[in-house]
Amino acid sequence: MAVGERVEVRGRAPELAVHLRAWCRAQGHGYDWPYVVRGGAEGAHRRGAEPAGGPHAVADRPSATWGLAARGALVEAGGPEFAFALDEKEAVWTGAAAGIYRQALAAQWDPAVAVDWDEPFDLPEEVEAAVVQVMTYLIENENAALVVPARFLGQIHPHFREVVAVLAVQVADEARHVEVFTRRAELKGVPLGLSTAGGQASLLTLLEEPDFALAHFLLSVLGEGTFLSLLSFLERWAPDPVTRRITHLALADEARHVAFGMAHLGAVLSSDPGLRPRLATAVRRRHDALAATAGLNSEVFDALVVLAAGSFTPAAIADGFAKVQALEADMDEGRRRRLAKLGFDQSEATELADLHTRNFM
Amino acid sequence: MGGTLLMGAVAYDPKVVTIWDGFREWFATKGLDFDYVLYSNYERQVHALLAGHTHVAWNSPLAWVRAARMGPVTALAMRDTDCDLTSVVVVRADSGIESVADLVGRTVAVGAVDSPQATLIPLSHLRSLGVDDVKIQYHDIAVGKHGDHVGGERDAARALMSGAADAACMIDGNHLLFGVEGTMPAGSTVILAQTPPYDHCNFTVAPGAPAELVGRFRSLLLEMSYDDPEVRPLLDLEGLKAWREGRTTGYAQLERAVEEVGFYDGAGNVTAVSYRP
Repeated sequence: MAVGERVEVRGRAPELAVHLRAWCRAQGHGYDWPYVVRGGAEGAHRRGAEPAGGPHAVADRPSATWGLAARGALVEAGGPEFAFALDEKEAVWTGAAAGIYRQALAAQWDPAVAVDWDEPFDLPEEVEAAVVQVMTYLIENENAALVVPARFLGQIHPHFREVVAVLAVQVADEARHVEVFTRRAELKGVPLGLSTAGGQASLLTLLEEPDFALAHFLLSVLGEGTFLSLLSFLERWAPDPVTRRITHLALADEARHVAFGMAHLGAVLSSDPGLRPRLATAVRRRHDALAATAGLNSEVFDALVVLAAGSFTPAAIADGFAKVQALEADMDEGRRRRLAKLGFDQSEATELADLHTRNFM
Repeated sequence: MGGTLLMGAVAYDPKVVTIWDGFREWFATKGLDFDYVLYSNYERQVHALLAGHTHVAWNSPLAWVRAARMGPVTALAMRDTDCDLTSVVVVRADSGIESVADLVGRTVAVGAVDSPQATLIPLSHLRSLGVDDVKIQYHDIAVGKHGDHVGGERDAARALMSGAADAACMIDGNHLLFGVEGTMPAGSTVILAQTPPYDHCNFTVAPGAPAELVGRFRSLLLEMSYDDPEVRPLLDLEGLKAWREGRTTGYAQLERAVEEVGFYDGAGNVTAVSYRP
């Protein structure tokens, strides 16, 4: 119907004429009972509206005015501008995000169901204390791994919804890790262990990194990458079934986080090779910032030895010590491999792998 | 063209600041220096307009009626939604009340004492139909704001539905709204009477207001287009699709109601008993 055209309205409701008059007034239509005369206001919200990209096309730089609109939605002109700092596809996007998100959803687990918390076991006092110290350490590291993506999550333009979704699940994963490690620490009533100044200082540098690519690199590629070795070690040498089970479950999640970090950094590096030296600088800067701190605290190191030893005999301790040494070599090797995969040459990969924080994360 | 056009508006809701700030910014982009003063009630606003404190006032119909008694004011512009409103008198569908004559001696819930649409005009309409002897149950929310707050009408509707009143008065659009929101579920009420159409708010110009500024204000208002995405949110907030030329032909019912209850005297003094804005 064109503006000014009339349509007759018929109906049985006794209030029809009263309500139609009020409705016409509110909508900007003329009222000439039993006719409605079409006004010009209808459709105004669509005039000048802009599609927020295509439903299957990710924009290089989504507009601030697209805001929270669904990708592909028609956005009315004149709306507010949203200050999403991470609004460039080059900086945040990886085509792998959708697949990783689907995997993450399919791999979710419920601590109440996936872990048999009542399975009986009894550890020597020293070994239980070592497990609790390791759990204490893991919890603060998982807290860092929760906070870092959470801080960037709110800065990413929602147009990049697959990336937002992966990070959102990652945050939920870390919350679950904090839960299960806490539950294992408290399982036998042993007081929690020591949280050291050096450990927290190392994690603080992760939280304070303002650049998404650099933070993601330090956290997921180097930190969580190193944790793959650690969780694998804990699963293999766990002295009890609960520790073995929860580190196994966390390991699968962390492997996904590392895969996303690698995919994201790989994509960013392919469009911006100039990022590579900045990544290297970030590692060196973090190393310098932590030079005066103690690195991995002796409580954690000793706890890993005792945990792997499984008992407090000299022979077992010697065996545990050897296992931890092998762990550190494995961590170093993993870091070098991932750095090489991101295009660092052999010598730089070796140097940077070596400079990574002695606190592991 | 120099100087500032100063408009009075009543702060009946926090959104009033958003609305007039938005208009102020928009007028500035068009080269009109416009500012506004907020009043807590229409009586103060009309008094200030006629005292020369402001040039223009965004007036309720009752404020227009008063201003017109106080001096030679003109109606500059109004919203499309200010034209041809009606009010209705409704009863519960199961009440057994079938005509306005059945309301004699019964309780009629109305809005605030100073609401044109929910009190003054519908009660006058009932009187014109010969129904004078009713118990009036006021729902005095935001007295002095001339019924701008929907709360009085909603409370009247609730009183009707709870059985505390036998009939309720409200603007036609609120009968539709209260049905949609569930205050008066569809089919639960019957419209007993509907007033003839009347008009609502207008921009009232003070005698002696700077003609050039007022003229510029008027032409800018009339060129505001709902198609303009900068303007549309302001029009949505103020509840219109287009500004129209002011007209004064739609206030006769309210004039008659004011006379009948002695709300103002001929000089615009407030004479309504127990009206405390």
